[in-house]
Amino acid sequence: MEDVTFSYGDTAAVQGITLTVEAGEFLGLVGPNGSGKTTLLHLMLGLHTPDSGSIELFGEPVDTFDDGERIGYVSQHATNRGETMPVTVRESVRMGRFPHVGHGRIGPEDETSVNEALETVGISDLADRQLSQLSGGQRQRAYIARALASEADLLALDEPTVGVDAESRDAFYELLDSLNADGITIILIEHDIGVVTERAERIACLNTELYHHGDTDSFVESDALDAAYGSSSRVLHHSH
Amino acid sequence: MRRIDRRRQAERVGLVLTGLLAVLMLAFVVSHWLRAYPVTGWFYDEFLIAGSWMDHYLGTRVFARSFMWQQIATGVFVGIVAPLVGVYIVHREMALIGETLAHTAFAGVVVGFIVIAATGLGGSPLWVALVVGILGALGVQWLTERSRTYGDVPIAIVLSGSFAVGTLLISWGRDRMSIAIDIEQYLWGNVSTIPPEGARLMAALSLLVVAVVAINYKQFLFITFDEQAARVARLDVDAYNTLLVVITAVVVVGSMQIMGVILVAAMLVVPVAAATQIARSFRETLYLSVIFGELSVVGGFAVAIGQGLPAGSSIVVAAIAIYLATIAVSERSTPALSTRS
Repeated sequence: MEDVTFSYGDTAAVQGITLTVEAGEFLGLVGPNGSGKTTLLHLMLGLHTPDSGSIELFGEPVDTFDDGERIGYVSQHATNRGETMPVTVRESVRMGRFPHVGHGRIGPEDETSVNEALETVGISDLADRQLSQLSGGQRQRAYIARALASEADLLALDEPTVGVDAESRDAFYELLDSLNADGITIILIEHDIGVVTERAERIACLNTELYHHGDTDSFVESDALDAAYGSSSRVLHHSH
Repeated sequence: MRRIDRRRQAERVGLVLTGLLAVLMLAFVVSHWLRAYPVTGWFYDEFLIAGSWMDHYLGTRVFARSFMWQQIATGVFVGIVAPLVGVYIVHREMALIGETLAHTAFAGVVVGFIVIAATGLGGSPLWVALVVGILGALGVQWLTERSRTYGDVPIAIVLSGSFAVGTLLISWGRDRMSIAIDIEQYLWGNVSTIPPEGARLMAALSLLVVAVVAINYKQFLFITFDEQAARVARLDVDAYNTLLVVITAVVVVGSMQIMGVILVAAMLVVPVAAATQIARSFRETLYLSVIFGELSVVGGFAVAIGQGLPAGSSIVVAAIAIYLATIAVSERSTPALSTRS
């Protein structure tokens, strides 16, 4: 993305951000609450149109990009209906095949992809259970499986482990590591900076503007964290 | 495992019976339409003869009459398409939209009567209601996308707003022209004789709706389940949303003849609520919704004909009885499910 700016009404959400994510990278997006992390991710995926600047996905302008199956998106889990709708794990993972088949039928080779995806994330035995009966961690695995079934090259995750217990969370990040090792690009928004610095190889730290973008070591050594978080606390202080 | 197989088998039988009933009713509607031709005319006559045998054995005096079958056919179609669309609408948390579109369609019926009275043209006001209903659906969709409040606020506004407009138009029209039919009948449903044109309209709309859902089953499921992920997967979410709301309007207008404005939403919602209570997958929810919808229609007609009561209300009460039964069953067999919100 090149010099991207986006506002909600008069409030700038992200400003002048230039950022490149290489294939196979594991990028952590960090920043305080309301710093525009989710907005930035939505911009990258084409869910919002920037006010200015340009965004490319896999080398194609994002607004004309139509290989939906190449992206797997796992949102904060409050935004989908896995907890209320009677949908089985298998049915939800099958959705990953929908961009491939369009209006056609789900065939045997699609079912094979679904089974493989369920196996990779380790929930084959839960395939016929309803999502609503799973724990938070198991449910997030099901969403990852959906992305894998779609044969996505890019996984975009927005705070995927909110409300997931610590043990499942570690196991979940182990899974992300191994997927990344297999060549899948990962962009992760995560509240817990400890997790990000441990797992991600590159970090983008933002608070409306980009404070740091580089490898994890240089981020830890820099004062970007203080600058990004500190400036927000100063703003907060002024408003009192 | 055996219990699951038996359940699956029962569902299959239910779906096949529903399908056969629908095909039979479709054949009746078509044969009535083409009764001047030899083969269809023969079928139509035989159908009514079979009806008189039914009367003979059941001790009733209705099944030999064509108008009764128009009503039953319309009901059978409603029992299939209303839950079919409702299963998406309910899980999009838009249960109220059926009620809203029915009120919009009511205003449409009034406009239809006025147009008929003013122009002297014949025909059914339902065609106008269909157009107004679809426009209302697009209007709700447009408002929802632009409104800064919760999604159900524009729905509530359009609901009461279109009813107000309908009522104003009735008063305005009554003073200026003679309006032939009692509009209030559309409020309560059970228009005592559904005209053959109404049953035909419902038959055609039902074929259309079943086709649309069959073609777009996956897309509707994806946007219902996770709209954002569907957008990321490059589905045209807005277009599918609009299509869904438009076919809801179509179903509502067709169903209004038998259910009435006030009760029509029940057929979109109640069978789906019952199915959701006990289904283990989305596909099963869809199948069970249709089976429960059809059971409600058949049960409702049985009560209505047996006791001389209005069909629409009987159908709704039957649907609610099924819903309560599924709650009792799910409470007993899987207590964990009862905590689901």
